[in-house]
Amino acid sequence: MIEARGLTKHYGDTVAVDDLSFDVRPGQVTGFLGPNGSGKSTTMRMIMGLDHADAGRVTVNGRPYRHLPWPLREVGGLLEAKAIHPGRSAYHHLLALAHTNDIPKARVGEVLEEVGLTAVARKRAGKFSLGMGQRLGIAAALLGDPGVLLFDEPVNGLDPEGIRWVRHLLKRLAAQGRTVFVSSHLMSEMALTADHLVVIGRGRLIAEMPVAEFVAHAAGQFVRVRTPAGDEMTGALVRAGAHVTTEHDGALAVTGMTAQAIGDLAQARGVALHELTPLTGSLEDAFMELTHDSVEFWGSGSAPADGSGAPAPADGSGAPAPAAAPAPADGVASPGAAR
Amino acid sequence: MALMTGASPTLVAGVPAGHYSLGGALRAEWTKLRSVRSTTWSLVATLVAILGIGILAASTEASHWAHASFEDEVTFDPTSVSLTGLLFGQLAIGVLGVLVMSAEYGTGTIRATLAAIPNRPLVLVAKAIVFAVVVLVVGETLSFAAFFIGQAILTGSAPHAALGQPGVLRAVAGGGLYLGALGLLALGLAAMVRHTAGAITTFVGILLILPLILAALPSFIRDAAGKYLPANIGAVMTSVRPSLRSAEFPSFAPWTGLAILGGYAVAALVIGGWLFTRRDA
Repeated sequence: MIEARGLTKHYGDTVAVDDLSFDVRPGQVTGFLGPNGSGKSTTMRMIMGLDHADAGRVTVNGRPYRHLPWPLREVGGLLEAKAIHPGRSAYHHLLALAHTNDIPKARVGEVLEEVGLTAVARKRAGKFSLGMGQRLGIAAALLGDPGVLLFDEPVNGLDPEGIRWVRHLLKRLAAQGRTVFVSSHLMSEMALTADHLVVIGRGRLIAEMPVAEFVAHAAGQFVRVRTPAGDEMTGALVRAGAHVTTEHDGALAVTGMTAQAIGDLAQARGVALHELTPLTGSLEDAFMELTHDSVEFWGSGSAPADGSGAPAPADGSGAPAPAAAPAPADGVASPGAAR
Repeated sequence: MALMTGASPTLVAGVPAGHYSLGGALRAEWTKLRSVRSTTWSLVATLVAILGIGILAASTEASHWAHASFEDEVTFDPTSVSLTGLLFGQLAIGVLGVLVMSAEYGTGTIRATLAAIPNRPLVLVAKAIVFAVVVLVVGETLSFAAFFIGQAILTGSAPHAALGQPGVLRAVAGGGLYLGALGLLALGLAAMVRHTAGAITTFVGILLILPLILAALPSFIRDAAGKYLPANIGAVMTSVRPSLRSAEFPSFAPWTGLAILGGYAVAALVIGGWLFTRRDA
């Protein structure tokens, strides 16, 4: 169980994490979703007591990380790929960690076996690929057989087989009743592995909901309507029971009514329609929609608008929303990550 | 190490009673130190420097003794000559002391280390103890080896020293202690600076550049400040007749010097530890 309350972290003038509160519960995989640079890594480092929070607090199993008597036996963390001395073998890297928490030496062999690094365990880790580095990081996280696991972008650098292996591992760990918190900037990845989602953008909580709910929301169809009589049409649609949002370019995004019904309504009122397009959102669209404002206004210093519920301000037709604009590099958001 | 022999509880029992402690931290640091090549190379470099330069210095003195001036004969200190290599060995020890800390930052392993031991002062204390023990063992061994080899070379052609003579044992043992204190100073500097290159530069600056700067200053400043320089303290500690050097510039007595040098190391470790605790990892 991880509980964050009002977590806040600044790097100079940049707010990396802004008043973030959420719970991560045992027995399920909780996805920590946000664009690159949204504060995921910083949050994870604060959970593990590596970065100091400027305000707020976060506890693991009811205690701040620093007060855990045997940290590795309660929490396992994969924070970055290849965080190992290139001259040291995987075996000695894990052995040193095992010593710190009085973990039996035999456990080192077990986790090496589990992640498939037994054959290269005595080789210098500098020769490891990114994927092997990830596996070693996962082995380190599993070393103390902890009940709480944190994985920061665990599939980075893995081949398709490795990605499947990680997904399976995450689900298995959750099924064993462990608390599994895994960050990603890929919605599709989270849809496959997570049960619950914590979505952040610019360090702020955007949504905390079950994945099923998120998917249902994302799959909800809407119809884009363009008409010179926007106000009149909006009023008529709302009275007919539809939900209407105005997009940035003046088009109406209508949910709760089919295109056919909207067309009939328009004809009945004598309103001209310039566009009537049924659109289906994808998971990625839904993610972009949620985090759009937090990405688009990056660095402006303004507080992010409440983007939830607003349809993607698409200028294409059903294509990925323009929020796919380049996300800022990680380093921009959390300079600490670059160190 | 007695601390390395604790029975490990089994994982099956779940989280055991108690708390992570210095014993585990020491075992971890020892494992880290012995499992990288940079440790081996630094110690090999230390060995080559201390013994190699010592042999060279003793041989030079032995072959030139017949032509030595009266002044040279009076100030000749065979112990100090055989320990000349410490001047170079100290650099390799300093590099190793820096790496013990800075490599954790350079490779990112500091986060794994602190995830395992959130008590940061404990991490630094464990590193300092393990490193100090290694440097003292290696430093004393090499210091005594250099002394015996050096005296063997001098014997027959020039005056030589024996451990039983006044001040000789203190000077030879002082060589290892000097390296230990300097190594800890380097470790403390690395905890402050965190970057390998920056910490090594600072260390070398204090040892080699500071004396050059001081030499360029007026003599009253030089005389007042010179005795505080680690390099000068080391020269006195490893000499049998440091009083002869007093004619050149004032200096502290050997043990006083060691205490001051130890004070530098402790200060560097305390400041480094304070920053270590305050900063994000």
